[in-house]
Amino acid sequence: MAGRPGSSAVIGLLLLALLGAGVVVAATMGFMKVPAGQVLQIIFDALRGRGSGPDPVVVAVVMDVRLPRILAAVLVGGGLAVCGAVFQAILLNPLADPYTLGISSGAAFGASLVIVLQVFGLVLPSLFAVPLFAFFGAVATLFVVLALASGDRRLSSTSLILSGVIVAAILSAAIGFLKFLADEQVGIIIFWLMGSLSGASWPNFWVLGPVTMLGTAIAFHYSRDLNIMATGERTAVTLGVDTVRLRRILLVTASLVTAVCVSVAGIIGFVGLIVPHLLRALVGPDNRWLVPLSFLGGGLLLLSADTLTRAVLPAEVPIGVLTALIGGPFFCVIFKRRQRDDGAI
Amino acid sequence: MTAPSEAAWRVEDVAFSYGRQPVLRGIDLQLAPGRCYGVLGPNGSGKTTLLDLLCGLLPPAQGAIRFRGRDLGRYSGRDRARLLAMVPQDFVIRFGFTVREVVAMGRHPHLHRFASLGEADHRLVDGVMAELGIAGLGNRPVTRLSGGEKQRVAVARALVQQPRALLLDEATSNLDIYHSLAILAVIRNRVRRQGLTVVAAIHDLNLAASFCDELIFLKQGRIVCQGPTDRVLEAALIDDVYGVSSRVRQDDFSGCRQVSFRLEMQENNTLNNEEH
Repeated sequence: MAGRPGSSAVIGLLLLALLGAGVVVAATMGFMKVPAGQVLQIIFDALRGRGSGPDPVVVAVVMDVRLPRILAAVLVGGGLAVCGAVFQAILLNPLADPYTLGISSGAAFGASLVIVLQVFGLVLPSLFAVPLFAFFGAVATLFVVLALASGDRRLSSTSLILSGVIVAAILSAAIGFLKFLADEQVGIIIFWLMGSLSGASWPNFWVLGPVTMLGTAIAFHYSRDLNIMATGERTAVTLGVDTVRLRRILLVTASLVTAVCVSVAGIIGFVGLIVPHLLRALVGPDNRWLVPLSFLGGGLLLLSADTLTRAVLPAEVPIGVLTALIGGPFFCVIFKRRQRDDGAI
Repeated sequence: MTAPSEAAWRVEDVAFSYGRQPVLRGIDLQLAPGRCYGVLGPNGSGKTTLLDLLCGLLPPAQGAIRFRGRDLGRYSGRDRARLLAMVPQDFVIRFGFTVREVVAMGRHPHLHRFASLGEADHRLVDGVMAELGIAGLGNRPVTRLSGGEKQRVAVARALVQQPRALLLDEATSNLDIYHSLAILAVIRNRVRRQGLTVVAAIHDLNLAASFCDELIFLKQGRIVCQGPTDRVLEAALIDDVYGVSSRVRQDDFSGCRQVSFRLEMQENNTLNNEEH
C-alpha cells in the first residue's frame, strides 16, 4: 500500500504543478492559438493591474473568454471532488457523490426554478438567486434521500444510492415540467441538465472561488474526525467525535459547495466519485491528505475534460455528457468490485 | 463498600427504554476501580444497553450515572473519550486504513485538532501493538485481516486511548478460544498492573468466570444478582436467569468456578421465548 506522508506530499506538489501548467496550457488552446509566453505576460500584467499587450483582441480572448472558464472548471472540479470525499467519509459509502446522491439534480431543480419564476414575472438577481435556490434544492434533496434510506439503520450503500437515484429520477421529471413552463428560456434549463462551463464569467468566479475554498477549508478542518468516522458511528462517539454535529456541519457545507458548482456549470456527474477513489489508491484513505488533494485532482480532471471539449473536439460536447461517459463505466467497476469484496473498499 | 469518591461508576435507579419498550429498570450499581466486572444474561436482557449507558453513548431516561464522581452527561465528548473506551463485538472500518493508522486513532481524544502523533504517541502505539501481537501487521489494510486479527486491532485501538475504564461488548464472542484467551489475558494484565476497570458483556459463562472478579446478572432489564464470581455463580442462579440446569464446581485447572451443561433431549424441549 502506498500512502504515507512523504509520497502524499510529492503527489500533492505534482498535482499543484500540473494544475498550474494546465491553466496556462489551456489558455493557449482554442480557435485562436496564443503562445504560452504571451499568456503568462497577459496574466502577470492583469495581476499587477496594468493593461497589456500589443493586441487588445488577444488580451480580451485570454482574460475575458478563456480564463474565467478555465478557473471555473478548476473550482467546480475541485469543489465537486471535495464534496465527493466528504460524502463518502460521512456516509461511509465509497459510491456517494453529489451526483449519485441526487443532490446535483436537486440543485439544478432549484436553479431552474429561478428561470421559471422569471418567465412568470418574478425577476430575482440571478447571480445570487440562482446559487441560493440551488442550495435550497440541494439541502431539501439531501434530507429526502437520507430520510428514504434511513429505514436501513446501517445506511448501506445500495439503499442510499437507490434513494439517490429515485429522487433524482423524480427531480428530472420535475425539471422536465419546468422546461415545459419555461417556454423560450428552455435553453438555459437544458444547459443545467447537460452541464457546461461555456457560460462561466468573472462574476461566477467571485461566487465560486470563496465558497469552494471555504468549503474545502471546513472539510480539511474536520479531516481527522472524518477519518474516525470510518470506524462507524458508535466507535466514533466513544473516540470523542460529536458525530451529529460533524454530520450536520459537513453535509450542509458539501450541499452549499455542490449548489454553487451546479449553479455555474450545471450537473456534472462522477467527478466527486472518480477523484477521491483514484487518490485513495495513490495516497491511502487519510482525509487529511485526501481532502486537499481531491481539490487539486478534481480541478485538474475537469480542466482537462473541459479543455478537451472546448479546444480539441471538433464540436463542443456538453461536459456533463463527457464526465458521465467516463464516470459511468468507472462507477460500474467500483460497484462490481464492492460486491466481490463485501464492502471492503 | 468503597466510599463514593473511590467508585469508578455509581449508577442510581437508572431506567432506559427504546420508544415504549422498556429495556432496563431500577439499575443500581457501584463499580470499584481496578476490578473486572462481567455482565451476563440472556439475549435481549439489556447487556448492550447497559454498556452503552456506562459509556455515555446513551443518556439514561431516568436516574443518574456518575463516573469518578461526576455525572457522565456533563463530560465533553473528548474528556469522556480519554476516560472510557469501548471494544464492540464486530469492529468494522471502511476505506482500507492500515492497522497502524487504526490503532493510532485511539490517540484522537488526546491530540489537538491539527497535531500529529508525537514521539511518545508513536512509542505507545508500537508498545500496544507488540503486546497484542500485531506489530508485524502495521502496514496491512484492516479490511484484509482475519476476524481474530481485526479484533486485536480493535482492542489495541481502545488501549491506546489510555482509558481509566474499558467496556467490552461481546468483544471476543466471534473468536476461537485461542484468540479469546490471548486478548483477555492482555486486558487482565492491565487490570492488575494499572488499575484499569473493565465491564464486559460475555456470553460464555466459563470464560466470564475465569476473567471477571464480579458478575452482574441481568434478566428482562433488571439486575437479578451481583457479587464476587466465586460467591454468586451457582446452579440455582443460572437456572433462574437462563432456565437451564447445570452443575457448578470449583475447578482445579482454571482455579475458579466452572459450569457444565448437558444437552437434554426431552419431549417438551421447545424453545420458550420468554427471554424477549
